[in-house]
Amino acid sequence: MIAPLQWLLFLLLAVTGPAVVLTREPVAQAVTVSFYGIVLALVFFLHQAPDVALSQIVVGAVALPLMILLAVAKVKRKEASRK
Amino acid sequence: MKARLVLFGIGALGFAAVWFAGARKLDPMGSYHGAYGEILNAVSVPERHSTNVVSAVNFDYRGLDTLGEEFILYISVVAVAAILRKQKDEEEEDEDEAPTQLREAPDSDAVRLFGVGLVPVTVIFGLYMISHGSVSPGGGFQGGVVLATVPLVVYLCAGAKTYLRIAPPALAKGGEGLGAAGYALIGCLGVLAGKKFLENVVPLGTPGEAWSAGTITLLNLTVGVAVGTGFVELISSFVEELLRKAEK
Repeated sequence: MIAPLQWLLFLLLAVTGPAVVLTREPVAQAVTVSFYGIVLALVFFLHQAPDVALSQIVVGAVALPLMILLAVAKVKRKEASRK
Repeated sequence: MKARLVLFGIGALGFAAVWFAGARKLDPMGSYHGAYGEILNAVSVPERHSTNVVSAVNFDYRGLDTLGEEFILYISVVAVAAILRKQKDEEEEDEDEAPTQLREAPDSDAVRLFGVGLVPVTVIFGLYMISHGSVSPGGGFQGGVVLATVPLVVYLCAGAKTYLRIAPPALAKGGEGLGAAGYALIGCLGVLAGKKFLENVVPLGTPGEAWSAGTITLLNLTVGVAVGTGFVELISSFVEELLRKAEK
């Protein structure tokens, strides 16, 4: 029962991983990396590691994209004030 | 461009060959040959009254490692705050710069309603995760980050002034230090009792209840405080100049 789900998630990983790399715009990349983080968390959860899955969700899908967005927002503010 | 792709192709083919050769000999999922995991699974409930073995490892058997991680986070937050802080010459520059948009409460009722619904659920979920670290998956770290998203939702749904009211910078800074220090102080309880640093000397309680597993639950609480306030401090230092305008 688990095997088909596993393959589906591995396939999603194989798609979302390169998608993060191929997204060149930082704001859009924050969204793709967040999606990639959720897929990775599901892989952990499916392999019976709920603790790791939770950590992955809060770090990979929440904290990391948040920090990227905040950093981009700060850089853009600086640039706007320079002009 | 072409040469780069060819070079990548050669590398990828080589990697794929080695990877498939290695993966074919892998044990099926779930097989485990180590002794450490089996021992911990067997002793964690009788010895530490913690039904979450992962928490028992993180906060008891390998509690010292987590102390180190706690300080990694602490130093990271301090470093970000130090890098992003305003310097004197920057401050003067700011006076004549274009006014940055202050985050006011949004006009949309839907956004505000969304925030009203989301905040209590997130608070309860975060507190639950921190307090039940020794019972079920989760713990201080995960719950702390969940709690730290609450001020962020408030910032987006109710504006910078309300954010400052529920998460004043002094509180975030104090909580971060207090949480990190609390971990080390709880570790000292073991020394005070005449045993080792971070030894579980607090009454263990009934397995499966939130107040059980002795120092594991207490350490989860301090980590929850440290991580939650640490992340709030991170968010605050990124939007600092906007917050300072709201203070005026």
